[in-house]
Amino acid sequence: MSDPLLSLHDLKVTYATTEGPLPAVRGVDLTVERGQIVGVAGESGCGKSTLASTILRLQPANATVTGEVRFDGRDILTMRWGELRAVRWAGASIVFQGALHSLNPVHRIGAQIAEPIHVHMPGLETGQVRSRIGELLEQVGLDPARAKAYPHQLSGGQKQRVMIAMALACDPELVVADEPTTALDVMVQAQVLNVLSGLVRERGVGMMMISHDLSVLAELCDRITVMYAGRLVEVGPAEQIFASPLHPYAAALSSAFPRVGDPAARFAPVGLPGDPPLPWDLPVGCTFAPRCPRAAEVCVAAEPELVRYGEGRAAACVRIGEPDEPPVRHETRAGS
Amino acid sequence: MSAELSAQGVRVEFSTRSGRVARALDGADLRVRAGEVVALVGESGSGKTTLARTLIGLERPVSGAVLWNGKPLDRSGRGLKALRRHVQLVLQDPLGALNPRHTVYESVAEGLRVHRLVAKSKKSETELVAVSLASAGLRPPETLFLRYPHELSGGQRQRVLIAGALAVQPSLLIADEPVSSLDASIRGEILALLLKLREDLGLGVLVVTHDLGLAWNIADRIAVMYLGRVVESGPTEKVLTAPQHPYTQALLSVIPEMERLEPIVLRGEIPDPTRIPHGCRFHPRCQWLASGAADEVADACRGTALPVLPADPEGHRCACHLVAAQEGAMT
Repeated sequence: MSDPLLSLHDLKVTYATTEGPLPAVRGVDLTVERGQIVGVAGESGCGKSTLASTILRLQPANATVTGEVRFDGRDILTMRWGELRAVRWAGASIVFQGALHSLNPVHRIGAQIAEPIHVHMPGLETGQVRSRIGELLEQVGLDPARAKAYPHQLSGGQKQRVMIAMALACDPELVVADEPTTALDVMVQAQVLNVLSGLVRERGVGMMMISHDLSVLAELCDRITVMYAGRLVEVGPAEQIFASPLHPYAAALSSAFPRVGDPAARFAPVGLPGDPPLPWDLPVGCTFAPRCPRAAEVCVAAEPELVRYGEGRAAACVRIGEPDEPPVRHETRAGS
Repeated sequence: MSAELSAQGVRVEFSTRSGRVARALDGADLRVRAGEVVALVGESGSGKTTLARTLIGLERPVSGAVLWNGKPLDRSGRGLKALRRHVQLVLQDPLGALNPRHTVYESVAEGLRVHRLVAKSKKSETELVAVSLASAGLRPPETLFLRYPHELSGGQRQRVLIAGALAVQPSLLIADEPVSSLDASIRGEILALLLKLREDLGLGVLVVTHDLGLAWNIADRIAVMYLGRVVESGPTEKVLTAPQHPYTQALLSVIPEMERLEPIVLRGEIPDPTRIPHGCRFHPRCQWLASGAADEVADACRGTALPVLPADPEGHRCACHLVAAQEGAMT
């Protein structure tokens, strides 16, 4: 069997700050296969974006990385510069969060898409580059004539598609999409998600998609990993994580986005009190315990490890399967 | 106390640099009363924020009227100040809306000072600020008095903004995308707060949002906007479980995890408001017209403008030629 497209093993990222070491990612194992979409869910500050940038060694200079990042069997973290440059864009590319600010306002979008093509496919002639740009724009559902437009002439959804077209410019095998639809309307979000899932279906690329919206991930992904305070707290098939989460944090994320038409969600928005812990001041034991509706004394004893629950599923919580001691149920509204 | 704010056939125009006129609102009716939660939903560019701003007197309509308790809005400085004592706006993006150099205390006390409410109250300013912060769920309030916005989390900032609005004891709150910039876990907390304020203080809330799940979570009524007009309105249960307008149906079908519906992904985006299509404004993107399902009324869709949907507080209404024709055939 060949190597998985992307595999992370015990990945740890620590930032050196004036307030001391700040552990952003604390031991993450994750694999992405070809033709598969893996979702990473979590709130701001849980380490999702650090994880994304580390995959291509784009982390800031004050970060210390340990563990392993293997792309197609090759170790990214120890790779020489020349090799890494070849992997970026052509092997794996990132669609960054905030398309609205990631494009250069004074260059036409065609020229911006051409940049990685010029670097990675130096043999192409001007005409070939131009037709390649047209092809890419068409792939993401934009008119090839839009290559002449400046970013300010495009709407938010169109800019997001340009970002995706750019990420695809050099035919990567892996695409990392960091919050690709946040700040977009539902209809535009649906259009962008269609483009992304089409890519995976038709071209067999592997994709890692990062979002705080579990309902978007459940719709698009094969597998979901839920991250909290720099660690994975639950992994499993997308449908199962959204419909029947094991970890209380995954449960909170899942019920944050109500299903329209579900009588239990009427006038019963579900939130999670408190804020995520500060990375330099992590609670003892389970990092989620201070906010957890099911926390008990055992939770502060030690930080739980991921434990397997059935085929391809794991969660890091010692309270799974144990009875609640006051019964805490999320769906308490008049039985439906 | 009853409080009612309504818009009747409001039209708001902006002139663009090229000299064309963008009709951001093209005849919109809406009504909000104390004690009810109304959701105004639509895509970016549908005019929902402009309607909210018009209701509070920040935009001046070229025609139509904004009524406060049945009387046309007094647009003098004094009149608007009096209105804003009762109707408060909570802006999108809490970090941008709070003055970075004001402490939490200053931000919340500002409204009290502008409206000179301390003199009218038996309580001191400090007490009033503390009460507002506490009712926005920031406890204990004293610990936050001297904090600056950058020291707060996103959820706390949103709560400070709400506390600032609550300080003047309004009867209506207009919240523009109150949770769109917040994390999933905090979202539910803020929505629960809005419901609690309705319960405890009898507050009316108009939430402007593009999120139908949010409307399902908290709204009694919902109005769906498209290109400057309300195209469907009614009780939330009816509009979201049995939508009539093709646009509402399409919006609902693309919500992730709505597996019981076949997704209807509309092409393109809302047209330019300087060139509102003739006939039904939705017809260039309408899935019924494209599929031939609306052939019987196709001429009307392309050529006959629809009337403005009146702000009917009870019924379920929809501005669509085909729906009207089918209802006409039934009766």
